[in-house]
Amino acid sequence: MPSVSSSDTAIEVIDLHKSYGETEAVSGLSFEVRRGEVFGLLGPNGAGKTTTVEILEGYRSRTSGTVTVLGLDPEGRPRDLRERVGIVLQNSALYANLTVREALSHFASLYPAPRNVDETIALVGLEGKEDGRSRTLSGGQRRRLDLALALIGDPDLVFLDEPTTGFDPQARRAAWETIRSLRALGTTIVLTTHYLDEAQELADRVAIIKDGRVVAEGTPQDIGGATAHQARVSWTDEYGAKQEIETDMPTKLLHEITGTALAAGRELTSLKVSRPSLEDIYLDLTMEEPGDE
Amino acid sequence: MSSSSHQQASHRRSAATLAWRQYRLERKLFWRNPSAAFFNLMLPLLLLLLFGAVFAGNKKYVDVIVPGIAGMGVMASTFSALAFNLTFLREQGVLKRVRGTPMPPASYLSGLLANAVTNAVIQITVVILVARFGFGVGWPKNWIELGIFLAVGVTTFGALGVAFSHAIPNFDAAPAYVNAIFLPVIFISGVFYDTQTAPAFLKEIAQILPLTHLIDGLSAAMVSGKAVSTQLGSLAVLLAWGAVGGVLAVRGFSWDERGN
Repeated sequence: MPSVSSSDTAIEVIDLHKSYGETEAVSGLSFEVRRGEVFGLLGPNGAGKTTTVEILEGYRSRTSGTVTVLGLDPEGRPRDLRERVGIVLQNSALYANLTVREALSHFASLYPAPRNVDETIALVGLEGKEDGRSRTLSGGQRRRLDLALALIGDPDLVFLDEPTTGFDPQARRAAWETIRSLRALGTTIVLTTHYLDEAQELADRVAIIKDGRVVAEGTPQDIGGATAHQARVSWTDEYGAKQEIETDMPTKLLHEITGTALAAGRELTSLKVSRPSLEDIYLDLTMEEPGDE
Repeated sequence: MSSSSHQQASHRRSAATLAWRQYRLERKLFWRNPSAAFFNLMLPLLLLLLFGAVFAGNKKYVDVIVPGIAGMGVMASTFSALAFNLTFLREQGVLKRVRGTPMPPASYLSGLLANAVTNAVIQITVVILVARFGFGVGWPKNWIELGIFLAVGVTTFGALGVAFSHAIPNFDAAPAYVNAIFLPVIFISGVFYDTQTAPAFLKEIAQILPLTHLIDGLSAAMVSGKAVSTQLGSLAVLLAWGAVGGVLAVRGFSWDERGN
């Protein structure tokens, strides 16, 4: 097996377009996913996320643009690629009358170098459920089996589409742990999610998609540019009015404000220094025009 | 885990092996769904027993009903079952999931088809045994002819079943769609009576339908012992339907749920 790509790039998308008749779902989208990273793909419904991911997975053809996944073009679904990519689908059904172990063993046989079945069961936290038929699993357990089926081929790249939708907070934390363990094993992960805290927790880098284009790309800490991440110092003044100042130098500003207040013998109630969360920036970038949705 | 990518080609299973594995899985799933297994295998048997009991001793009628029920069994286990199952698998996302794995599509579909063919063979066997020991009908006269018509029948109705699944909008509608075809066809094609005694307009429709010709062929093989050479017209009609079904099955095939 020749090394397909010596570079650090797992996925490269350049000027991707996809039209359905008159409507353009994706219009000139570009981004890059590096090997071994967790890449978050964010955006409102209808932004073109699903279309983009399904083009990367080989489920859809593109209208134009360049797409490379693990050094290969996903269009036409080359078997070399399918052997190295794991896909977790939303709402995908399992064989209800197979046990967890049977389903995993069957899917393992499709891959040239699968992961050990028991190891996979442990990785997704389905120990104790191995011999239960899929139909007896809870919703969360089924999603874990979905994940296990995507991991059984020991893929280099995994697509996770809304992996924790409908999970309770505990199950969600457990799923995050699984994703972190995968990352630690060197797997590249493309994560589509509606939960911005999830992206902030897990993703090394994120891209925000709107109207079929990438409107921002970067680490959850830096995305949106420096001004988007300015500190906000807020307090309630002596008249009970809320004050807020955005600044690049919160230390200096704080010093001045507290100095003035101290000299005057006043207390600054609700004094707070905060930075915008990924969610704030996301909402800022995707909802600029009111009523645009 | 990165080492895994260096040893792929050597451990890759052949398309035939994967088709065999899929077939084994489908058999396992078939027996794990007892109600489906029951209706699949027992319905023709039940009908045969009922009609056989009603007309016991009327040798002429029993000779009509035995190949008729055998033909119906072939249609039910291939056409109806495949149209039904594919709609379900598509709607449930199983087809999409399979498409995301290294499983070659041809291997997967071969496994599904072989499963349907196995059910057809089981049904014919049951019908032959019940006819022989329940109603004193003799063993089929021409086993080779029986094999030929069985092979052509399952191919034709299998292809038509896959093709018809494309026309079914969703799984909720599947029983209505399948029965809207299946019930009139088994009636008109003479599963329960000799088409020669039917009114002229039904007789003419029957001459176009593939099941009529499958039953004619099975009747020749099982009852009358007429040679294959006398049944070439029926074979031709079946093969023509099979060719049309095959083209439509491949052309319209969709792995994804409708509306996507």
